[in-house]
Amino acid sequence: MADLVNLTIDGVPVSVPKGTLVVDAAKKIENDIPVFCYHPKLKPVGMCRMCLVDIGMPKIDPATKQPVRDEQGNVVIAFMPKLTTACTTPVSEGMVVRTATEQVRAAREDILEFLLTSHPLDCPICDKGGECPLQNLTLGFGPSVSRFDYDAKFHNEKHVPLGDLIYLDRERCIQCSRCIRFQDEIADDHVLQFHDRGRGMEIITFSDPPFDSYFGGNTTDICPVGALTTADFRFKARPWELASTQSLCTHCPVGCNITLNTRLETKSGGYEIKRVMPRQNEQVNEIWICDKGRYVHHFTRAEDRLRQPMVRRDGRLVEATWEQALQLVGERLKAAGTSVAAVVGDRIANEDAYLVAKLVRALNGAIGMSPSVPAHYADVARAFGVGAHANLAHLGKGDVILVVNGDVEEQAPVWFLRLRQAVVDRGAALVIAHSRSTKMHRYARAIHRYEPGYAARWVADRSEELIAKESLKDARNLLIVFGDEQLDGPSARALAQGLANLLIATGHAGKADSGLLPLYPHANTQGVFDVIAGADRAAASNGANGKVGADLRSPICDSRFEVAWLIGVGDASDAPSAGFTVVQELFMTALAKQADVVLPALSFAEREGTFTSGDRRVQRFYRALPPLGEARPDWWIAQEIAKRLGHSWGFQGPAHIFADLAHSIPHYSGLSYEVISKSEPQWPPMGRGDLYYGGTVYDNTGGLGARYASDAERDPAGVRPYDGAAPEPTIAGLERRPRPLYRDGELIRRSAVLASHIVPAQEVA
Amino acid sequence: MSGFYGTKNKTMERHVLLRDVDVPNIREYDVYVANDGYAAWKKALTTMKPDEVINVVKDSGLRGRGGAGFPAGVKWSFIPKDIFPKYVVVNGDESEAGTFKDHQIIDGNPHQLIEGVALCAYAVQANTSYIYLRGEFYEPAKTLQRAIDEAYAHGMLGKNVLGSGFDLDIHIHLGAGAYICGEETALLSSLEGQLGQPRLRPPFPAVQGLYAKPTVINNVETLANVPPIVLHGAQWYRQYGTEKSPGTKIFCVSGRVNKPGNYELPLGKYTIRELIEMAGGTMDGRPVKGVLPAGSSAPILPANLLDTKLDYESVQAAGSILGSASFVILDDTVDIVWAARKMVRFFKHESCGKCTPCREGTYWALKLYDKILSGHGTLADVDMIGEVAGQMAGKCFCLLGEFATSPMQSTLKHFRAEYEAFIANHQGGKMNGYTDELIREGVLAGPEGVITRH
Ligand SMILES: Cc1cc2nc3c(=O)[nH]c(=O)nc-3n(C[C@H](O)[C@H](O)[C@H](O)COP(=O)(O)O)c2cc1C
Ligand code: SF4
Ligand code: SF4
Ligand code: SF4
Ligand code: FES
Repeated sequence: MADLVNLTIDGVPVSVPKGTLVVDAAKKIENDIPVFCYHPKLKPVGMCRMCLVDIGMPKIDPATKQPVRDEQGNVVIAFMPKLTTACTTPVSEGMVVRTATEQVRAAREDILEFLLTSHPLDCPICDKGGECPLQNLTLGFGPSVSRFDYDAKFHNEKHVPLGDLIYLDRERCIQCSRCIRFQDEIADDHVLQFHDRGRGMEIITFSDPPFDSYFGGNTTDICPVGALTTADFRFKARPWELASTQSLCTHCPVGCNITLNTRLETKSGGYEIKRVMPRQNEQVNEIWICDKGRYVHHFTRAEDRLRQPMVRRDGRLVEATWEQALQLVGERLKAAGTSVAAVVGDRIANEDAYLVAKLVRALNGAIGMSPSVPAHYADVARAFGVGAHANLAHLGKGDVILVVNGDVEEQAPVWFLRLRQAVVDRGAALVIAHSRSTKMHRYARAIHRYEPGYAARWVADRSEELIAKESLKDARNLLIVFGDEQLDGPSARALAQGLANLLIATGHAGKADSGLLPLYPHANTQGVFDVIAGADRAAASNGANGKVGADLRSPICDSRFEVAWLIGVGDASDAPSAGFTVVQELFMTALAKQADVVLPALSFAEREGTFTSGDRRVQRFYRALPPLGEARPDWWIAQEIAKRLGHSWGFQGPAHIFADLAHSIPHYSGLSYEVISKSEPQWPPMGRGDLYYGGTVYDNTGGLGARYASDAERDPAGVRPYDGAAPEPTIAGLERRPRPLYRDGELIRRSAVLASHIVPAQEVA
Repeated sequence: MSGFYGTKNKTMERHVLLRDVDVPNIREYDVYVANDGYAAWKKALTTMKPDEVINVVKDSGLRGRGGAGFPAGVKWSFIPKDIFPKYVVVNGDESEAGTFKDHQIIDGNPHQLIEGVALCAYAVQANTSYIYLRGEFYEPAKTLQRAIDEAYAHGMLGKNVLGSGFDLDIHIHLGAGAYICGEETALLSSLEGQLGQPRLRPPFPAVQGLYAKPTVINNVETLANVPPIVLHGAQWYRQYGTEKSPGTKIFCVSGRVNKPGNYELPLGKYTIRELIEMAGGTMDGRPVKGVLPAGSSAPILPANLLDTKLDYESVQAAGSILGSASFVILDDTVDIVWAARKMVRFFKHESCGKCTPCREGTYWALKLYDKILSGHGTLADVDMIGEVAGQMAGKCFCLLGEFATSPMQSTLKHFRAEYEAFIANHQGGKMNGYTDELIREGVLAGPEGVITRH
């Protein structure tokens, strides 16, 4: 690389790219310069003065412009008259940095002593205690005694609500502005600011409603003290009591890597989730999560979780044993022959969906997914999706991001953060086509509008014009983010096809950082589709006789079956009618109440498995909680039902199932738990050992996941444009209203902290 | 008319800056024009290229009068030529304790400032200028606005000035009362409507200043020097002052003198002692104890250094800084510990809070001074003041925090004995001469037990 700069830090030579800050260069060689205000994801401000180091430059002879050398021929270094902040100083050629001198040691001690004069030192009751940069750096670099008169201590308000989700302890705040900068630079919700000055300077929120942001929880992770705490976690546990499990967020297609912090709790009779924290994955969520991912976890230990199988007797659902329930389901399925329909919800793990499909295929029944609209275009999204090694962090100058019919912040919040940075910080061009305004519109270079429901028609009619006007052919990359609001299945498919055609026409199909990015409703829409559709195809190629499950696109809810088997579909309106209905659920949903058999399933937190994110990254989640009551994983239930029908599969668990899945579903071939569990050091390094530097985010030890290649990438020669026609909008399509992040649902409803944020279902429709 | 309290001290045959002393009503446009007013502006627009204006100011050696003494012409030459828009921002925050020179210029000779701003704007090709005045300059701002209006009315400002094709608009902005907003980057933030806190440098204002565009920031007095320089040339200007500190400078004298006020003098010609004499000597002829050459920001100079010459280099050699040349004279009636506390209290009040050492250090130091003044201090507290100051020094984000260490470190250096005597004489927390003041400030509980502020 041409742009490397060479310097030495405490005598150790380092070469880093031009523009690197001294603090990060030191980090590269594991020289940890203490910081408070600096955060590698935020612009430096140099406020806290914790990172002072001694910096020198080669002395340059003004006449020759050459470095001056002493008698021994060594370059003479001119050190700055004062210590310099490592967090604001970019490296330069020949720079000499000293961090181990007495002067630097004393400076660190001085700054810490200053900070502690105003600090309440209430660590024993502070939520940050145990994972607090101020504690850690004080132990590492601070004075052992304070010379400050304790009675002269500055006092300020504690327990100040900044909105209903975040509390501020004004005494603990060390005025580092990380929270303000996160909100300004990353979330672009300008809701925090400093107020007043001097020792009286304090954080306030000035938005109405206060602290109005979907991302506020992240400020509590990067706050270097216990000044910011979430309403959800404050005073709930001490960090060192918490067990941590690597997991995945289930609420949207981003697939954020999270850590579930759990603790034994007498009240709930076992472990429960105390908090959800981000887990670093620079390719997925970096170190951020949205507040939905952070707070919607209470459903896992909700009082009304289903814990026992139930069967209908004399018109009422009554508790039964697994044996009784499975026996009954087995008998009814046997009797039904091929008149069986299964519907799988798109939050179900790949392994579960795979076994359901495997059984339905063996029965020659019909299978569908819920919601059903994404099934109309998931194959297109897969064929022309982003490349296997795409990373939103690659996008910048020269690239075009086209958002069509999607509300990125509401439907994939962390993608919003990352796409925004590609546009605002790195110069990618943003073009938006939508029937309404979204937050993303702030950054658009061009905005196109159409009537609600006409997205596909618009793309079909305007593609050529768009290509010319936005110079899409000249773009380095073309990333197309799209949503399916106000579209029915056929229109949504037409939209995806029209956008795929756009990629083909502009020469971007199959390129690494180009492609489609679908805003699916949940975490595993793509995975459930892949597994069900793939299982169908696998069955067909194996020569299974008769019909191999219904085409996923034809609505099975319009037909009547002997048995309907509904797995995690919630209150889906697209369930088929049947003589006998089996529901697998976490809660007694409206559908479950009408079922003949209700089988209690385990939530994602109580079992392991995989999800495939909206950008086709297959990732693992691990078991964080013991099983609840008699509830069982969906895959186990499917296998037990199959057993009652004479199929003994003998799967030992998800890893075993995944191996079979990867073998029979072409897109997943080559993937295994081993592959997707691989992790590698992330840059910037954050997490536990580096929490002073990056916050309380967790290291990624559970795997970074792996994305399977798109069809266009695998087989460029096979790329063909689709038929470009788009149907007229339908009432059914128009009724699919925009989905806000906090739309009402079974899971969010059980997080009381979000109660006032929930958007009622009738307003969403 | 704002009734400036300023004195009409006659210190020069013909003033360069304080021309209101020589010419009655020079604040009026017609009077100003009748006395060479706007002649430099006409000369520049009709006969000089922008770079020629920069060069003559460079050659004059004019140094910034806001405190740092940076050569004005050099600063202007840093402005990139090819980035637009550019801005000229005038620093009229005048917040240093004991400084009141810009006030007199704005109030008494406003057209000379306006003409200086115009010449600067032309030199760097800026079409917009903002004059940032401290909020208390409410009345002077009216005088200045009236002068600006007159200049517009006579075609000296606005579109296509004097048919030259050059456009210039000048706006006045009033601050909201913060010393830190005199620091140039904090001033820019304040002007942009943000919190008045200094910004990181680089980027320097010349490259990314107001609204991230190239910006010249100069003090009021600095720019008031420009019209005579452009009109009469660099050599003429250099008849005043020394080689390194050319020109005249307004010295603000206050404190225990008989005739406090502004005194315009050639730099390097007189000594501090002579300045005090010009200001009528000390009250009751009492001996001088110490002099603060730049208000509270500069280290105190004890009486044995009164023969220091009044220019940037000499004052620095004596161990202080000339800064804005606001001389506060302390005689032997002034208690140094009390005076030091006053200044520390000022800095604690004015600290913007951005950086740790200044925010926490000024708070801590004031607590120590309060303890001493209320009669509870020990010698260890005196040492601690030195420690705290030493701990702040060299670590602050901006110079305000560094300035704050001056009253502590310099009074300890020159007057430690006074601290020790103070401790000895004020023991046991008994009522003393400062008790009333501390009660007023809310440090001590009054008879009704009111403690209100930190
Ligand atoms: C804390 C602080 C306060 C300052 N206050 C003022 C002020 O009130 N007026 C002023 O002109 N310059 C002030 N300055 C200096 C300005 O930062 C800047 O140097 C000056 O405006 C440049 O103009 P000049 O080159 O014409 O002096 C201050 C600097 C600091 C660090
Ligand atoms: S609340 Fe936390 S993050 Fe925000 S300024 Fe204070 S210490 Fe920093
Ligand atoms: S962005 Fe999506 S995946 Fe990430 S935390 Fe939020 S809801 Fe979960
Ligand atoms: S030294 Fe620091 S706290 Fe003090 S005024 Fe400057 S930036 Fe603000
Ligand atoms: S000043 Fe560098 S980390 Fe705060």
